[in-house]
Amino acid sequence: MSKKDLRLKIDELSSSIGVFKGLDIQVGRIVDDEWEEPMGPTPFPSVGTFRDWDRKLLERYKPFYMPFCDLCCLCTFGKCDLTGDKKGACGLTMAAQQSRIVLLACCIGASTHCAHARHMLDHLIEEYGRDHRLDVALNTNVEAPNMRLVCGIRPKTLRDLEDALDYVETQLVQLTAAAHTGQEGDNIDFESKAFHAGMLDHVAMEVADVCQISTLGFPKGEADAPMTEIGFGAIDTSKAVVMCIGHNVLPSVDIIDYLMENKLFGEVEVGGLCCTAHDNSRYDKRAKIMGPISWQLRYIRSGIPDVVVVDEQCLRTDIVDEAQKIGAPVIATSEKSMLGLPNRTNDPADQIVSDLVEGRTPGVLIIDPTKVGEVVVKTALEMKPRRQGFKEISNEKLAELAANCRSCMECVSACPNNLPIMDAVKAAAQGATEALAEIQPMCVGCGRCESACPEDLPIVSFLTKAASEAGMTDKYAIRVGRGAVTDVEIREVGRAIVFGEIPGVVALVGCANYPKGGDEVAQIAEEFLKRRFIVLTTGCSAMDIAMTKDEDGQNLYEKYPGYFDAGGLVNIGSCVSNSHITGATIKIANIFAKRPLRANYEEIADYVYNRVGAVGIAWGAMSQKAASIAAGCWRLGIPVIVGPHGSKYRRNLLGRADKEEDWTTLDARTGEEKYVGPAPEHLFYSAETLEEAMVMTAKLSMRPNDTSKGRAVKLSHYIDLHKTYYGTMPDDLHQYIRVEADIPFTMKEEVLGIIKKKGWEEGKIGMLDPTLLRRMVR
Amino acid sequence: MRTGQTAEIPGPKKALVIPQPKVAVSMIQRADRPLLVVGSKAPSVETNDGDLVDSAIRFLNTGVTVVATGHLAKTFMDRGAEVYSMQFMNLGDRLRDPGWAGFDGKGPYDLVLFVGSLYYMEWLVLSGLKSFAQDLRTVSLGNAYQPNASWSMGSSPRKNWLTALDDIIKGLEEDN
Repeated sequence: MSKKDLRLKIDELSSSIGVFKGLDIQVGRIVDDEWEEPMGPTPFPSVGTFRDWDRKLLERYKPFYMPFCDLCCLCTFGKCDLTGDKKGACGLTMAAQQSRIVLLACCIGASTHCAHARHMLDHLIEEYGRDHRLDVALNTNVEAPNMRLVCGIRPKTLRDLEDALDYVETQLVQLTAAAHTGQEGDNIDFESKAFHAGMLDHVAMEVADVCQISTLGFPKGEADAPMTEIGFGAIDTSKAVVMCIGHNVLPSVDIIDYLMENKLFGEVEVGGLCCTAHDNSRYDKRAKIMGPISWQLRYIRSGIPDVVVVDEQCLRTDIVDEAQKIGAPVIATSEKSMLGLPNRTNDPADQIVSDLVEGRTPGVLIIDPTKVGEVVVKTALEMKPRRQGFKEISNEKLAELAANCRSCMECVSACPNNLPIMDAVKAAAQGATEALAEIQPMCVGCGRCESACPEDLPIVSFLTKAASEAGMTDKYAIRVGRGAVTDVEIREVGRAIVFGEIPGVVALVGCANYPKGGDEVAQIAEEFLKRRFIVLTTGCSAMDIAMTKDEDGQNLYEKYPGYFDAGGLVNIGSCVSNSHITGATIKIANIFAKRPLRANYEEIADYVYNRVGAVGIAWGAMSQKAASIAAGCWRLGIPVIVGPHGSKYRRNLLGRADKEEDWTTLDARTGEEKYVGPAPEHLFYSAETLEEAMVMTAKLSMRPNDTSKGRAVKLSHYIDLHKTYYGTMPDDLHQYIRVEADIPFTMKEEVLGIIKKKGWEEGKIGMLDPTLLRRMVR
Repeated sequence: MRTGQTAEIPGPKKALVIPQPKVAVSMIQRADRPLLVVGSKAPSVETNDGDLVDSAIRFLNTGVTVVATGHLAKTFMDRGAEVYSMQFMNLGDRLRDPGWAGFDGKGPYDLVLFVGSLYYMEWLVLSGLKSFAQDLRTVSLGNAYQPNASWSMGSSPRKNWLTALDDIIKGLEEDN
């Protein structure tokens, strides 16, 4: 328990000074007395509270560690070689070290969202007051499912969010401490702590999004949230262009406010990259989304921005150097990313503008968002005419520079995807830029090729120019992030999801470190939209989904509705909006199944794990934040698939479908343990190819609780996808068919023949009221 | 030895470079249960046989068990070859288990050859096996040094690698 407050209720107390009846003493905050739901078993859980639950999952989904480095270099005993069965000077094994790194990654990720939430909440309290009422989503009572579930609180005002955030901060310190030399030593306990960090992360994200939705007028769960534009072509370059990068919308809000107050929207274009762009568009749809975070370098090299504004997270840390190359000043707005710039927060706005415009400083740090708004707009307007002379690299210059290529292959070796950069550069030296243009959509924009090049060739600029020449400057429609899934929607689809009649909920989330470009995310989305799954999306993935058009010129946002129902494509919003995805699964347990929510984490996780066919896909997962978001899903029983680069998180959590003993589950009706088949087979899994990921997604949507009708629907998708991409029937159908009625009707004879050869018998796999918790047996 | 991606250096324990094709041939011949893992990039890697799938089929015909990762099994099937199929991560997880009886249930594999995988994924799976399946011998047959294998081809000019790969297969075919 981390609560500082004390409440003492005594029915009758006899003492030397008399008898007291109905004594109720409270010290500190007043608890929510109006909430009819009693407090559940685990309010404000500590680091070890869910250790048993985590171990149940980790017994089934054992970590497969793939060390990124054989050494531990964290203390002065080291470097310690941990390969094989060696131990470090502190006694740590390789498995423990790998899980320790996973914990650290999750702590960094959760801390980042928590710090983001803290900054946002403090600022919004200052602006709106602690008693400002929360208003998160239309027709919704369960406004903050993660906070209700984990903390046992029902936040009504901004003040209440402070309780949740205080708790998260306290826990994160405990978790980080566990990674110190000579603390935790068991890899599974490290893993459990990583799960804890993930769970905390979803609380922190929820705080951040709930407070910004409630104060800044963001959409409140509307399925028909407004459309805006995304892409290179979305930016009107006849105006002064402000490019906002990062995740914290507050400075950008003041830029937009300043434009509105001074009627300058006609003269200044506000575009954004990554989640700041999402949240700008949630604030005002006139704000454009330039693209995902991987476009950062690309967009700067295009020379379009007149001013670059950075807030926090996933920024290029060399952004000042890059912006200087195009003569654009940088305005940093967060103490977390000060980038060596002078703090001008307390200086007069006009003086700062003058220094920026005259080039007396490459950029400034301004912590006050209101001042940011004024300085950015004034600077952009003055910079625009001064930068008219700036031109992106010419074709002639490109060819001249490319001729210096030494054919050393360093660019290819440095590229995360080993793209054939060298051959393309050599072709460009001959004036043919088509190969560069072909590479560009697969480039993740890291710039490692340039760093590696002994000739310092500006390869990213080459790619940007070639793509521009090839006309790859389109614009697309995107529905702005709508925020939470409403209670009404949950009521309408909860049953169909739990019984499997809606085949699954696929959440396409995360960063843009793709193996073959962002098109693949759109392909995954469309495959499952056509199959009437519910497709949720956030962050960079939500952007990349927009950037593919069909032959009629329509993209997926134009073709599929934004409701939370079969065949809906739901842009939830930015990174912090991921809390609404876990929130939706929690609300299914609470609103549809009437499971008590308040501080009742294990029961709800057990419900989600056994009944809600949700699968997360982070195809380009890159960051520590993505790691902690995934960890929050694991503890809640939601499997997550990452792309091949996700294997660099250095461990998977894999089930062994061939070990029947791993897949026994209790029947809540009888207490009997029964084999239920490997559903879902994995908890965290890196797929090598897009096709493999799609087949696995369909498979991981199956849950022990599926009805026969639901299981048949899910199997029909699994079989169809497997036949399409593997060319054969799956060889594990006997592990998923419990009774003949589970077999898709049109395939009955064929499937029966196959599974009988595998020794299948009806009834061997249980159909029960599944639970992993003994206390849930009635 | 230069690695296939610049920063992919591991630590003190690094793969021995296969000095000549006949060394690889000898390792495979001496193994009781060799397994060839063919990754999803195989169809895009040209070899003297056509591509790496075609070369893998030659391995298959010498009696080496072949497993395709990703969704590559379909490509083998389209070319008339029947191979096992398993996702790369699942396969790595099973290979680290000395109790896994293999695809045919006849026991664990004692030598695992890798070719055609994404460089960094193979690097990681080999790293997992290096630390958590210490009795398993692993051999990387790709055209870039894989430091986490027990044995690896060196990073060499493409022409040399093609010849070496061909010589390894020929060595096995002659033995048949």
